Amino acid sequence: MLAYLFYIVAAITVTTAVYLIFEKNPVFGALYLIQTMVSLAVLYILLEAQFVAAVQIIVYAGAIMVLFLFVIMLLNLDIGEETKNALPYQRIPAILMGIALFTIICIVIRSKILQGKQDQYTTAVVQGVGNTKLIGNLLFTEYLLPFEITSILLFVAAIGAIMLAKRKL
Amino acid sequence: MLNLVALILLFPLIGTVINGLAGKRLRKETVGYLACGAIGLSFLVSFMVFIGLLQLPPGERLFEKHLFRWIESGSFISAAALQVDPLSVVMILVITGVGFLIHIYSIGYMHHDKGYHRYFCYLNLFVFSMLLLVLSNNFLLMFIGWEAVGLCSYLLIGFWFEKKSASDAAKKAFVVNRVGDFGFALGIMLIFLTFHSIDFTEVFSAVSHGNFEKGSFTVTMITLLLFIGATGKSAQIPLYTWLPDAMEGPTPVSALIHAATMVTAGVYMIARCNALYLLSPFTMTVVASIGVITALFAATIGLVQNDIKRVLAYSTISQLGYMFLACGVGAFTAGVFHLMTHAFFKALLFLASGSVIHALSGEQDIRKMGGLKPHIPVTYKTFLIGTVAIAGIPPFAGFFSKDEILLEALVRGNFIYWSLGAFAALLTAFYMFRLLFMTFHGECRVDHHAMEHLHESPKNMTLPLVALAGLSFVGGFFGIPGANALEHFLAPVLGGHGHTEVSGTVSAGHHGAWLPYLMMVISTAIALVGIFLAYQMYIKKPELSKKLAERFRLIHKLLLNKYYIDEIYDAIFINPTKKISTQVLWKVIDVRMIDGSVNGIARLVGRIGSVLRHLQTGYIRNYAFYIVVGCILIIVLAVFGR
Amino acid sequence: MITITHYLVLSAILFTVGVIGVLIRRNAIIIFMCIELMLNAVNLSFVACAHYLNSMQGQLFVFFTMTVAAAEAAVGLAIIVAVFRNKETINIDDINIMKW
Repeated sequence: MLAYLFYIVAAITVTTAVYLIFEKNPVFGALYLIQTMVSLAVLYILLEAQFVAAVQIIVYAGAIMVLFLFVIMLLNLDIGEETKNALPYQRIPAILMGIALFTIICIVIRSKILQGKQDQYTTAVVQGVGNTKLIGNLLFTEYLLPFEITSILLFVAAIGAIMLAKRKL
Repeated sequence: MLNLVALILLFPLIGTVINGLAGKRLRKETVGYLACGAIGLSFLVSFMVFIGLLQLPPGERLFEKHLFRWIESGSFISAAALQVDPLSVVMILVITGVGFLIHIYSIGYMHHDKGYHRYFCYLNLFVFSMLLLVLSNNFLLMFIGWEAVGLCSYLLIGFWFEKKSASDAAKKAFVVNRVGDFGFALGIMLIFLTFHSIDFTEVFSAVSHGNFEKGSFTVTMITLLLFIGATGKSAQIPLYTWLPDAMEGPTPVSALIHAATMVTAGVYMIARCNALYLLSPFTMTVVASIGVITALFAATIGLVQNDIKRVLAYSTISQLGYMFLACGVGAFTAGVFHLMTHAFFKALLFLASGSVIHALSGEQDIRKMGGLKPHIPVTYKTFLIGTVAIAGIPPFAGFFSKDEILLEALVRGNFIYWSLGAFAALLTAFYMFRLLFMTFHGECRVDHHAMEHLHESPKNMTLPLVALAGLSFVGGFFGIPGANALEHFLAPVLGGHGHTEVSGTVSAGHHGAWLPYLMMVISTAIALVGIFLAYQMYIKKPELSKKLAERFRLIHKLLLNKYYIDEIYDAIFINPTKKISTQVLWKVIDVRMIDGSVNGIARLVGRIGSVLRHLQTGYIRNYAFYIVVGCILIIVLAVFGR
Repeated sequence: MITITHYLVLSAILFTVGVIGVLIRRNAIIIFMCIELMLNAVNLSFVACAHYLNSMQGQLFVFFTMTVAAAEAAVGLAIIVAVFRNKETINIDDINIMKW
């Protein structure tokens, strides 16, 4: 049953992603992207990563995409794309490159080059402790330094965004 | 006392350095005293070294003084070392003695010149180089002295470098010398290849103890190459053309360099290498032939020249030819003997002619001289002694040495050598007395302006003349046959082949005991005939010379223009070289190939850049595309590259 | 059975779609959104590996990636606003003064 769920959600994700790249109106594009993210969140839940799914929806779909929409509205960009295309000849090579990239990645996936070591957090353990609690444990013990640095990064990004977008310095 | 030999080199070097660096700030007298003092001290030390050498038994008269390690490259060893043996002692006595007198003379002669200190700096440097040449104990050090005297002759010939003819003459001297030096350098390299050493003692002992058969090709090549160097330095055919033009330099320079010392370096070198030359009969023939032909050739040119110094220059070339003739027939001692006496009387002649020029305020053309005898008596008397010496009248110096050469040429060589040499001796006597008569006797053709300033030279110029005149008179007695002190002295070095004993006991040729005396009489007779002819033509009947010139106009023109040799050399060597240098080497190779390739690389980079910059289109999407392509490549390489 | 391969292939598809989007589109905002799509695809592969390797490291890394993506989106949009204020266009083909 889970298999069917996976296939359906996967289909939705891919479809909305493809619609995104062909959409002229940026507002609609943003909505497609939101849908992609939500279906990704469903997939995360299928993968027993509930905290990540929640964060995906709250942060990505809820904050970042809303920021995108704010900017679109601010700059009055919902009209649609201008028609000047300086590089019309890049279309076909781009698609070909994309297909090549996909092929290479699939080959790499199938070739069993990438190996990983089995760790100890099996599904039973995770369900026993609780996904969020486990992440919290690890985040504040083993991965404390990246955590702190990330907080500084956010701080810097906030200042940077303000400085860049001001009208007068 | 022999240990002091390094001082001989040191004093002139100090003189050069001080005069060169600080000469402008010193008083003129200081500069002069410093330079002369240096050479004078060198002469004293040379004399002490000579005494020291005499104290050694005759067979062991070889002293080596090692100064410092210089070149040691594998088996090629050239030490900075000096060698004192009879030959080098004779040379240093002549060089420092005559040099000292010439330095004193120069104080007076160059007194009004504004390059006074520079002159003495160069002159001391020259004496240093020449001493280095004769005192060195290996070929390379000698070569350094050889080149250095070439350099000094360039500096001194072109002393008045603002005058174009002087700087041209200096360049000519240097370049022609260089051609000879090239042969000399090749000879040294060949010596090293053959003997694996360039030390004199080692090479010459290897020659005598080794198994080189007479006439072997290697030894012939070595000696021929060395002889080429000698022709350049000692102005023999074909490299003599620089010496007449070198008269552009100050007269004391001509006296020192081109009469007494530098031009004798070639003779010294051949005498030093006599072991090698005796192994190669072919080269000896070449040397003797070139020597005697040059002697005759230069004498014919000297017959008609009108510049007092040019006549003396050609007579120098002629006398050098005699020295080479002596070496070529194996009479090395006779060659060195003539070198010694020639130094005395040629220096005297040059200095006396300088005194005449000084007295006449710069006039050098003998057609504008004449009748000077009562006005400049000391100069006249010394000039007369020099002329008599060079003509070969006994008992003056030139007689004994020239007579010995002619005797050896007849005995060891052949009749042709003797006859050509004798004819050249006749011409020598003739043109030297022509010079004397036209300068001092006859009607006075000096122009009025010079007549007003006509005066005898100051003491510091006449005293050296007197000294040299004395030496020209007694110098011959060093080698008088029968009690030949010089020959005995030089025997260890020159192998004792140097002289044919009068008594006939050492036989290098078969002749009777009467032959030397007959030769003396014949030589004197030849000289007297020459003098008589000159007297007839220039004192008794002056118009005879003009009539002869008219009758043999073509020959006269040929001789006057030095057989057009300079023009021939210009056409064959100089102009083609200039053309090749300009058209090929400069325009094609230098400009097009070398500059072109260097500039071409820059242009190539520019062109590649102008093609590659089209990658920078400014469109971000292009850059994104390249990123993706690169990413794919990296994945492929990382995954499948192993 | 859904193996890790399925998830990884899905992630690859999404990534490729994102790449093609970046190369084809001219609207700066859309390009940004395609970049976010690429980041999401990578997040998916992280979480998938975390699940199938019984590890928590994948999920933690997704945490940090998301944070960085947020910061980057903020700054990027600020830049777009600044550029738009100067050039009155967000067609990136018009922003080409860095040519040769």
